[in-house]
Amino acid sequence: MENYKNVFSIRNVLHHLKHYLPSQAPLKDFIHHNTLHAFQDYNFFDALTRSSAIFGYKTRLSLAEFRQIYADGNISLATIDAILKQFKGDDQVDVWRKKMLTDQYKESFAGRRSHLRNNWKDLYLIDLDLAIQPFLFRFICSYLDQGIAIWPFPIHDQGFLETVRSMEKHSKVSIFSSARTKELLFDPHKTLDDLLYILVGDSKLYEHYLFDQQFSHPGWSGMIAVLEDQPESLLDRRNITLEEFIFFECLLEIDALDSKYGEVWMPLSMRLKAKVKPLFSNVEYSEYHEVLMLWQEAYEWHYYEQVLASIGFSNQNKIEHSPKKKKFQALFCIDDRECSIRRYVEKVEPECATYGTPGFFGVEFYYKPMYGKFSMKVCPAPVTPKYLIKELNTSIKKSKDFHFSGKTHGLLMGWLITHTIGFWSAIRLFINIFTPRLSPATTLSFRHMDEFSNLTIEYTGETEDGLQVGFNIEEMVDRVEGVLKSIGLIDDFADLIYPVGHGASSVNNTHYAGYDCGACSGRPGSVNARVFSYMANHPKVRALLKERGINIPDRTRFVGALHDTTRDEIAFYDEKEIPESIMPQHQVNKNTFNKALELNAFERSRRFMTTSSKGSHKTVHAKVKLRSVSLFEPRPELNHATNCLCIIGRRHLTGNVFLDRRAFLNSYDYTIDPDGKYLFNILKAAAPVCGGINLEYYFSRVDNLKLGAGTKLPHNVMGLIGVANGIDGDLRPGLPNQMVEVHDPLRLLIVVEHIPSVVADTIAKTDDLYQWFDKNWINLVVINPEDGQFYRFEDGGFKYYDNNTPVSIEKGIDSVIASTSENIPAYYLS
Amino acid sequence: MWFQQDHGIIDFAAITLYKSEHMHFYLDFYFDKVTAVYAFVGVLLTFLVTTYSRTYMHRESGYKRFFNTILLFYFGYTLTIFSGNLETLFVGWEILGITSFLLIAFYRERYLPVKNAYKVYSIYRIGDVGLILAMWASHHLWHDNITFQRLLNYDLVHHHLESHSWFGFFIGISILTAACAKSAQFPFSSWLPRAMEGPTPSSAIFYGSLSVHLGAFLLMRTMPFWEQQISVRILIFSVGLFTALLGASIGRVQSSIKSQIAYASVAQIGLIFIELSFGLIDLALVHFAGNAFLRTYQLLVSPSAVSYLIREQFYHFEPLKHSVEHKYSKKWEYSLYMLSLKEYNMDALLDRFLWTPFKNLGKYLRFINIRNVYYITIPTYLLGLILLLYLDNTHITLRYMLPILFAGIGLLFVFRAYAGRINVFVVWTLMVMSHFWIVLSIAFNDGLQLNEVVMYLAGVNISGIVGFFVLKYMKKVEPTIDLNRFQGHVFEYPKMAALFLFACLGLSGFPITTTFIGEDILFSHIGYEDVILATFLALSFVISGIGLIRMFSRIFLGPHIKRYHAIAQRSS
Ligand SMILES: [Zn+2]
Repeated sequence: MENYKNVFSIRNVLHHLKHYLPSQAPLKDFIHHNTLHAFQDYNFFDALTRSSAIFGYKTRLSLAEFRQIYADGNISLATIDAILKQFKGDDQVDVWRKKMLTDQYKESFAGRRSHLRNNWKDLYLIDLDLAIQPFLFRFICSYLDQGIAIWPFPIHDQGFLETVRSMEKHSKVSIFSSARTKELLFDPHKTLDDLLYILVGDSKLYEHYLFDQQFSHPGWSGMIAVLEDQPESLLDRRNITLEEFIFFECLLEIDALDSKYGEVWMPLSMRLKAKVKPLFSNVEYSEYHEVLMLWQEAYEWHYYEQVLASIGFSNQNKIEHSPKKKKFQALFCIDDRECSIRRYVEKVEPECATYGTPGFFGVEFYYKPMYGKFSMKVCPAPVTPKYLIKELNTSIKKSKDFHFSGKTHGLLMGWLITHTIGFWSAIRLFINIFTPRLSPATTLSFRHMDEFSNLTIEYTGETEDGLQVGFNIEEMVDRVEGVLKSIGLIDDFADLIYPVGHGASSVNNTHYAGYDCGACSGRPGSVNARVFSYMANHPKVRALLKERGINIPDRTRFVGALHDTTRDEIAFYDEKEIPESIMPQHQVNKNTFNKALELNAFERSRRFMTTSSKGSHKTVHAKVKLRSVSLFEPRPELNHATNCLCIIGRRHLTGNVFLDRRAFLNSYDYTIDPDGKYLFNILKAAAPVCGGINLEYYFSRVDNLKLGAGTKLPHNVMGLIGVANGIDGDLRPGLPNQMVEVHDPLRLLIVVEHIPSVVADTIAKTDDLYQWFDKNWINLVVINPEDGQFYRFEDGGFKYYDNNTPVSIEKGIDSVIASTSENIPAYYLS
Repeated sequence: MWFQQDHGIIDFAAITLYKSEHMHFYLDFYFDKVTAVYAFVGVLLTFLVTTYSRTYMHRESGYKRFFNTILLFYFGYTLTIFSGNLETLFVGWEILGITSFLLIAFYRERYLPVKNAYKVYSIYRIGDVGLILAMWASHHLWHDNITFQRLLNYDLVHHHLESHSWFGFFIGISILTAACAKSAQFPFSSWLPRAMEGPTPSSAIFYGSLSVHLGAFLLMRTMPFWEQQISVRILIFSVGLFTALLGASIGRVQSSIKSQIAYASVAQIGLIFIELSFGLIDLALVHFAGNAFLRTYQLLVSPSAVSYLIREQFYHFEPLKHSVEHKYSKKWEYSLYMLSLKEYNMDALLDRFLWTPFKNLGKYLRFINIRNVYYITIPTYLLGLILLLYLDNTHITLRYMLPILFAGIGLLFVFRAYAGRINVFVVWTLMVMSHFWIVLSIAFNDGLQLNEVVMYLAGVNISGIVGFFVLKYMKKVEPTIDLNRFQGHVFEYPKMAALFLFACLGLSGFPITTTFIGEDILFSHIGYEDVILATFLALSFVISGIGLIRMFSRIFLGPHIKRYHAIAQRSS
């Protein structure tokens, strides 16, 4: 990869390009992933340096930002010294401390990219970007458009280049102005090589040129690369490849040059005066990078250590005051937003138990709502399910909003509408500003599935679209067993067990899919919770589970539910099937949930600058709900902001620890999994999912302009697949500033409760998993249940970690919560 | 509705800014049903949108700047709709232009907002030529800064237009140009979608509703000028019809939500022009209000389109959906589609017939540079002064030709500055000098008084000196500043940027210095047979305005050339 090949191979270059381009799917399938996935072969800090030098990204906080954090007391001198001792040795601490705290370094994010292609501007005095990009973007957006244009692209059953040829052939208005370009388009023997020969000349420079060209608009190029590989992510499919797109762009470039110079200009390489530095050649790692690395480590461990201190303390002081038989048990998603609701549920009802597991509850399938023309995946993105669950017998009618209707844009209809309903718009606006309310424009998590509908959960021999409709008994047993064993819930079943999925509600939010459950491919988890409950309630399933050692009493009932993380509301499903005998308990539990939700909303409100936390919990909760339907609220909730922890272990490690909604909590009982079989499954999912979320937040936060989507306020919706600034801009992948501004860019720390040697064997099972830890993209610490000590994964092995930070113990956290909107340190709650 | 009934018209001359025997420059206010409707819609939408933005813009950097600009915009809007004469209207009009620029370039650290803000501002300035010429012409037609109220006197207007029919036509065309530029009518339509670079609420209020309907307002306000001229009415009708058809067809192919709304709005304003050409003011007013409300709301909820339309698609999708155009032959369907996608090449048209000639003219003048600019200027100017003093009234041809020559030199200076690729100081000097040439050329007119010259040049000098020192300072701290690319120095020097903006505005005759009044006075000295001179002057005001804003943008706005902090992609 380092050196230029002498022979240019289009296939290799395209492959290489695709690897580096952003890989964000269309908005409706928004899934978090590591923004710099292309550099994951490198050690984390090397990747930061390299990507910055090549592409000009700002991949870390700046020195000034770190020093400000230090000045604010969020990195302590003790941590800095400890880090320096660890990395530089005792005698170097003073030297490096000075470098960190006071020395000045030159910072620059110029990047090598574009150095070759910039020569058009310098040597040919032509601004190719300006000349072709607006039309290129408009053309490609129209071709891919999913339903904004009233007059859709006239041809959509051929490949992209074929479409361009058809248009050119029949249209009297040409895309191009030079005759040569048209010939190039229609000549079936012309390939990308030929075009590059005209443009660049020297085949050694082709790759660099294509990188320069495609990275001048990474948004569209990345989208096309994704659509080539996953055409199903557009409901209205489009046939396009990156190669075709590049071919078209090169044609436009030739056309622009032809119309300025006629057809007689020299290729770029002929006029180059200086040698252009190869894009992927070596990158210098300097002292400045070393200083930033030290800062980042200090920043991370300053917080990690507080957390570890609390967890360690919690581990030593196990208090088991509630009886073994719980009032109820609740299964939540591992999502960091569910971290605090679990704390409150346990606080309101101390005699209950909560668990964390990925919010698809181990059941992977496509879901097809009634009247839906498509089905959607509701399980982690890398999984390809074989099952389909259909919604039946719903009575809900979808309401409409004329403001999105194409009719308002017509000439005569528009004339009529402006004269009549136009005035209704003013009233609507007035109402929406002063009393925001639900409207057809709102994305509401509870609309994902009609709560009174039926689902086809049990397989009856039916297949549809090549998928099996429903699961058979054996398949159900596997899934229920898998979930229960992985979280360590195999006995002491309560009468009521609630699998609680989650979803979010918002309006005017183009990134709405990123707010729902990541384990359900960016959809609410309601269907999964219901399906899982149905399976676990099935008598035949229970009989078979008994054979596998899980004896669920007949009295126990699973009741699926959905937690709306924006509104802090909950809905329970199939309540009418709860037996009379335990119905009263269910009513009590519902109150418990509602009380907990109010407290949760109150805690969340401390971060909302525009929602005052004054007033009773009920009032504050009402205000929090209002945010989700307010058109003018760019932050309906803060989503995964501030996430940085993932704790895999029993609840007694975290039950009394205040983690400030920053942790993914996966329940796991090492005692029933001595050889790490379930642990492997958990880590296999948690590392890419939580790591992906964490790193996307990291990069969108440190360079919101290039790696994030910038501020969302000027965003314009392009073809329903992405957002851009204004109408001539490139697509903006990554997260908007409003989602990440309060995020602290810390890497994820995974804490696993198990014996270090077992964990070491587990992560070594696959290379993919191992790389996450070995290359330091995720930090890993094990708490050894045998001695209660911490072991940190470093250089391929676990080493004893001596935590110097003392535990902070707080009686109650309420006063702390009310006092600040900033991050709160980890506390042990006594 | 109340405004359809009989209603009072109120007019009062509020502030006299300058008075001499032949010239009375005063701000005048006026209120009728047109004002009432525009004021009502303006107050309501500004109130709603600012309330909306208080939360929406929360924590955005530039929060204060945003509200200050909106406030200034609202002031300009109010001044325009309450104006009682063209001069007052022009003050408001100019404020609207500059606030538009500032709001489109709100995200001033990115390339596209700055580029598009500059583009929109240029087109606004083209519209301003129309308004300046209309002011000049009407001044001569009525021998006064006529108020809109007096225009209601049918006999008076009729009498004047009878005797100067081509002059009336000239005024009509000038006003129509101004209206077309402001309301994004053909051939200026393509600026409207490109103005959608600021935060969504500002796009909604400016380009969805208030600002873009002011062209229609200008037509309503000046109706007495043109309602008796069939030719002008036919022109208005044609422009409206053409824009309505083009806008609707371009709008149909738009695949981005904001450009779709923008073109739909343009098409409706085309229809408003048609309504006005038939004299249907009441209908046009209702249409304006409805269109403004609808588009504002549509823009504000535009981000919701993703989830709403994808849900629609999910439940109602039909593969291979074709629009009505599919019935046409392939040739027609594809050709029309391509034309609409290319926005009927309106931009290329403007480029070809407007900007490129300007630039080319500048290229021929490349010989003017730092070394010779003073050698050329000083002797020629002195010669001009001598001629002015010693040439008596017997040399009629010379006295007619010389002003045109000097104004022409001033204009050439401006073109040279506009063409760029030249030292910043030379550009600035040329811009300042062009004003002196203008004064010299007008000085051949007998009536010009010294205090009028002082009034005019005072503003020029102050702005010139301030700007010069800002440039001097910038050159010292940032030796590489030039005009060939955006440099984004506002990142480090926000105060210098503000100061320089004021200097540029002052120099381009923005109503913050006395130059603004002086400009109007100078025009009043141009005889009504001197159309060439008036056009030269108007052009040099307009081009220098564009050039100055470009200069400001290039030095202070856009992606920062220093790369020690994160910088957005150019294409974003
Ligand atoms: Zn989840």
